[in-house]
Amino acid sequence: MPQGFESTETEVYFRMEMQTAFRKRAGTKQNQAARNLMELRRGEQGVLDRIDLPEDDARRLMELGFLPGHTVIPAHSAPGGDPRVFRVDGTEIALRRETARKLILRLE
Amino acid sequence: MSDCHGCSVATATLPPPPITATKQRLVAIIGPPNSGKSTLFNRLTGLRQKVANFPGVTVEHRMGRAKLDSGREVFVVDLPGVYSLNPRTEDERVTHDVLLGEMKGLPQPEAILLILDSTNLSRHLVLAAPVLSLGLPTLVILNMADDLARRGGGANVQELSEQLGAPVALVSAAKGEGLEKVFQFLDGATAIAHRKAPLMELPVIQDIPKCRAWAAKVGHQSKYRAPAPPVWTRRLDALFLHPVGGPAVFVLLVIAVFQTIFSAGKPLQDLLQPAIDASGKWVGSWIGNQSLHSLVVDGIWSGVGNVIGFLPQILLLSLFIGILEDSGYLARAALISDRTMARFGLQGKSFIPLLSAYACAVPAIMATRTIENKRDRIATILIAPFMTCSARLPVYTLVIAAFIPRRPLLGSFLGMQAAAMLGLYVLGFLAALATARLLKSTILRSSRSSFMLEMPPYRWPTVTSLGLRLLDRSKVFLGRAGTVILAVAIVIWGLTFLPPSHGDIGGSYAGRIGHAIEPAIHPLGFNWKIGIGLITSLAARETIVSTLGTIYGVEGEGGEHSPTLQQALHQDLSPGGAFALLVFFAFAMQCMSTVAVVRRETGGWKWPAAQFAYMTGLAYMCAFLANRLLASWG
Repeated sequence: MPQGFESTETEVYFRMEMQTAFRKRAGTKQNQAARNLMELRRGEQGVLDRIDLPEDDARRLMELGFLPGHTVIPAHSAPGGDPRVFRVDGTEIALRRETARKLILRLE
Repeated sequence: MSDCHGCSVATATLPPPPITATKQRLVAIIGPPNSGKSTLFNRLTGLRQKVANFPGVTVEHRMGRAKLDSGREVFVVDLPGVYSLNPRTEDERVTHDVLLGEMKGLPQPEAILLILDSTNLSRHLVLAAPVLSLGLPTLVILNMADDLARRGGGANVQELSEQLGAPVALVSAAKGEGLEKVFQFLDGATAIAHRKAPLMELPVIQDIPKCRAWAAKVGHQSKYRAPAPPVWTRRLDALFLHPVGGPAVFVLLVIAVFQTIFSAGKPLQDLLQPAIDASGKWVGSWIGNQSLHSLVVDGIWSGVGNVIGFLPQILLLSLFIGILEDSGYLARAALISDRTMARFGLQGKSFIPLLSAYACAVPAIMATRTIENKRDRIATILIAPFMTCSARLPVYTLVIAAFIPRRPLLGSFLGMQAAAMLGLYVLGFLAALATARLLKSTILRSSRSSFMLEMPPYRWPTVTSLGLRLLDRSKVFLGRAGTVILAVAIVIWGLTFLPPSHGDIGGSYAGRIGHAIEPAIHPLGFNWKIGIGLITSLAARETIVSTLGTIYGVEGEGGEHSPTLQQALHQDLSPGGAFALLVFFAFAMQCMSTVAVVRRETGGWKWPAAQFAYMTGLAYMCAFLANRLLASWG
């Protein structure tokens, strides 16, 4: 039994390593692992690099303050974590998860 | 850049030249959502205007008159809040069209009041670029000056004015501070017609990053100091947006509102009703002619009076919605509800129109203009009339009071009558959600649209704004009581009184109509008297109360005593019929104003016709089931 346990654990570890490795490799293709807004944890902050959305949505987001070069800080969220409020350019804007994923952060 | 600023600033202080013509002079108020446009509009005009501390509630442009010190008057138009002048959403199109003089029936404004939130100036200044480049005389108003000072920020009006080449005023519209500058500007600018504004070095207006960079430069060069973050807003959000506490507060608030309306509204109504009855008797005592006496007392007074008695409850509901909107809590409510709404194919922005629909579907349907996705917008329009509007309150209150005992259910917090009322609100809400789900998975299918919502800082609602809101609701309600309901009351009285049948209402025209449709409504547990009420309520829901008042009033005259409407209804209707009546009113689309506004907002008869057929069909079916259910129970 204990052996069986061990083997599963290694398996899990292995798979996780695979995933990180894969992510890293995928990241290097487009200038290393570029994170999006959803990956920001509370207490962290990031600088916006680009918006991967159709022009209409991107313009609206830019009007609200999500401009390249601006600092974004995650704040409260609705129950379940979606939508989430972000502090940007002196105000707080709520975005749905799928929108926030398309806002890509600059590499530190 | 500042070559010409002098002449522009001078506009504000020039003595008004003699008035050459008395033609209509128009000034437009424009600003981003939440900059306090409506509050300023109220201050300038004193007229009513819906104010809400929520992005994008003001959808229609509103007109008012501002009286100036010189004794002249200017027309002021309050435009929808916009972040830019690109006509993409309907709000932006309205603003764009008015400013360029392309709005039908409105002349081009002679001057612009550009109102910006001074606590968020660098971002709000972005709108200044396209507005100033229009070349109209413009006063840049930095609002929320009190907030800015309290949070340690500051703006140099003189410097900013030089940077922008336009006069700048620092005001607090909510407190009424600094407004004299605005009035001075109106006096000067409106007297100088067709004046070209100075040319300025403005960025490419279509390029937002460049506009923002320009705004930052202007803010920096004019020594603008941004304020500290709003401490209290963050503290309150820690509670209101808490993963567990947030939804709990949300649900408690909703329950508390309904309980208050029912427990505080009823005594107020009981105070008002005897006064209405007594005044009717007093008026009646002056009329000698028997037919005329009957028309005035039984027709008009009891018909219209029965409906006016519900004013206190309607005002209480409007007051609560007003407080939630003006305080900024509604944006949080939209955030909390977004995921639930998304499950039914809608979004958090639909929540605000749907909540306004609790007061009245007409403004709610107009408020859907802020929803950018066309399909989401139509879906919200189609389900809004399911929300329990204030016109249903009189009917619900009457039937509940007549059939449900006044006993506590959950201690003193929730009584049985209030629980029944809450149940009807939930019923309408569920019908709305189910219909939304149906629409969004069939004819209005769309991919999940983006949801972007600004969370405004919390603010104390002002007494003025709440007062204006209540005044407006009373005007609308009493206006309807004085027109539609009065007309219906007179017609109903005529139908019940003619031909003269000595108190036997069954022989009158109304009786004959009621009898004619009785076979169709009998399966729902309704008799011919309710049938007359249903027909008249097609114009407006609350009319059924006045109709029944007239019918039972007329009938009561024939008997030895005139029972109150509640008692009469209790004797005349089975419990199953009463339940069916409530269900019917929860679902049916009995409101001509709503049909008209849906036609206008969707641009044709297709949607309102389908909506009317669907809602009324559903109402009939569900009322039938409700009646059967209760009849089979006992």
